[in-house]
Amino acid sequence: MGQTLAEQILSHAAGRPVAAGENIVARVDLAMMHDSISPSIIKILHQELGADQVWDRDRVAVVVDHVAPAATIQNAEHQLALRRWVRQQQITHFFDVGRGISHPVLVEEGLARPGMLILGSDSHSTAYGAVGAFGTGMGSTDMALALATGQTWLRVPETVRILARGRFQPGVGAKDLGLRVARLIGADGATYQSVEWHGVEELSVSERMTLATLSIEIGGKAGIIPPTGPGWEEHAARLGISAPPWLRVEEGARYSRTVEVDLDALEPQISVPHFVDNVRDLSELGRVEVDVVYIGTCTNGHANDMAAAARILKGRKVARGVRLLVVPASSEALRQATADGTLATLLEAGAAIGTPGCGACIGRHMGVLAPGEVCLFTGNRNFRGRMGSPEAQIYLASPEVAAATAVLGYIAHPAEVVG
Amino acid sequence: MARIWRFGANVNTDQIVPGRYAPYMLKNEDDLRKYPFIEARPEFASTVRPGDLIIAGPNFGCGSSREYAPLALKMVGIGAIIAPLFARIFYRNALNLGIPLFEADLTDQLEDGQEVEFNAETGVIIADGRTIQLPPPPEWMREVWREGGIVPFYRKYRRFPGAVSV
Repeated sequence: MGQTLAEQILSHAAGRPVAAGENIVARVDLAMMHDSISPSIIKILHQELGADQVWDRDRVAVVVDHVAPAATIQNAEHQLALRRWVRQQQITHFFDVGRGISHPVLVEEGLARPGMLILGSDSHSTAYGAVGAFGTGMGSTDMALALATGQTWLRVPETVRILARGRFQPGVGAKDLGLRVARLIGADGATYQSVEWHGVEELSVSERMTLATLSIEIGGKAGIIPPTGPGWEEHAARLGISAPPWLRVEEGARYSRTVEVDLDALEPQISVPHFVDNVRDLSELGRVEVDVVYIGTCTNGHANDMAAAARILKGRKVARGVRLLVVPASSEALRQATADGTLATLLEAGAAIGTPGCGACIGRHMGVLAPGEVCLFTGNRNFRGRMGSPEAQIYLASPEVAAATAVLGYIAHPAEVVG
Repeated sequence: MARIWRFGANVNTDQIVPGRYAPYMLKNEDDLRKYPFIEARPEFASTVRPGDLIIAGPNFGCGSSREYAPLALKMVGIGAIIAPLFARIFYRNALNLGIPLFEADLTDQLEDGQEVEFNAETGVIIADGRTIQLPPPPEWMREVWREGGIVPFYRKYRRFPGAVSV
């Protein structure tokens, strides 16, 4: 009998063969913590668990991304304390204000690699599945226990297999596939399961991160794309990394369910307020005028996302009365966008560019919404109040739809702009 | 007596405590107790009493991994949360904090505002003379409750809960 990717990775981390349904203790390969949750993790680690040191300073990554740069004196004090702690603990991998969102940063740095068990103090830590890792989000106490012991305990999850067939139509991509799956199986359709994405070998690692981050929005414990195909090989060659030989899609692996999506027939998908799985085809949406278009986040703030938007915005202007905010997912994404002319195109169109990081995704700074405002967002959550006022409306879509919407002022298909 | 606070499906952690009210954003971290359901049910924090019960639909606690969501509910002394399905990060966080969770669908059986008797140890609710027996939680969860959360559990036993070995 074969194993799912989740079972293979957790068997490796447990040091013995394990199967879905078992409770296990597993070694942690990498623990990521960010500025927003670090104060409570550090307090639990030292004051409650009584640990003096993290278990392995080379296996902890600390990223200042959630409110970066600091918006308030409180944030600034917490970040100051975090920097002192990083020095005192001699943490090897520290990424301060401006480096970007933890998930793309750890992938770009080659810290997240196939076959690893990665815990993050952020629910979108499923992102590490973009490079074939079992990434999962945990709260402060679980993170503190992992920092103290280098271990965690969990139930080996069953796996939902997503099987994409065919090819994306122009203006349709990974975001639409992810939202389509949310529509098909619902916000709890993969609760406490691993989500394996098949049929997406052509996608780049950044596009895979779109799918991996959306995996938590259907309840996934992890969201893993097999580390094979041209998208993976390009990333592996550039960073000089490889997948471990024991990690491969196995015949006879048992899936709790297989969900097929026909990419040939897929059109842009729009997630309508206030739930991520409240998804419609763009063609059935009707006219929705917007105040703000926001391109960013670990789901769709990558270099390829900004480039896709720039292709539509090239030679055009953002509609009167609409603000276009672009917050690159990382400094590397911003560097690429600068090098290939994407940034100039965005600026010429009228975009405002923010510091790489989580930005307004958590509704704390850099583009908080007013009551009654409508936002077209390339992120991953449209919960009521997520980006500011609970009276604001958030629609989720791809960067291509975001760009077309910025030009026309209402939620639009890219073909309406580029023909 | 415990009051029933009834909620629907897919209650997310942004509804429980919006990100703007995180301890990271507050001058005084103890103020977190003022903010559970600050926007979704503004009367909740000021009128909830220790021991009150949250009865919700499926996928309670979906979204962010923020432990301050269940922590805010613990600070106001919530007696238990009962839902047919919990989002798993929330489930772990609440378990770690020692908040009793029961997997059952009672949204059709109990009214918002109803006063009931509740015994967390036996999982029995008595509502208008009617007895509702909640399904017993797994033994590893009870182990953690008995110690008041995963931190005191770990400090006492130096191991993770359940019959699991390293």
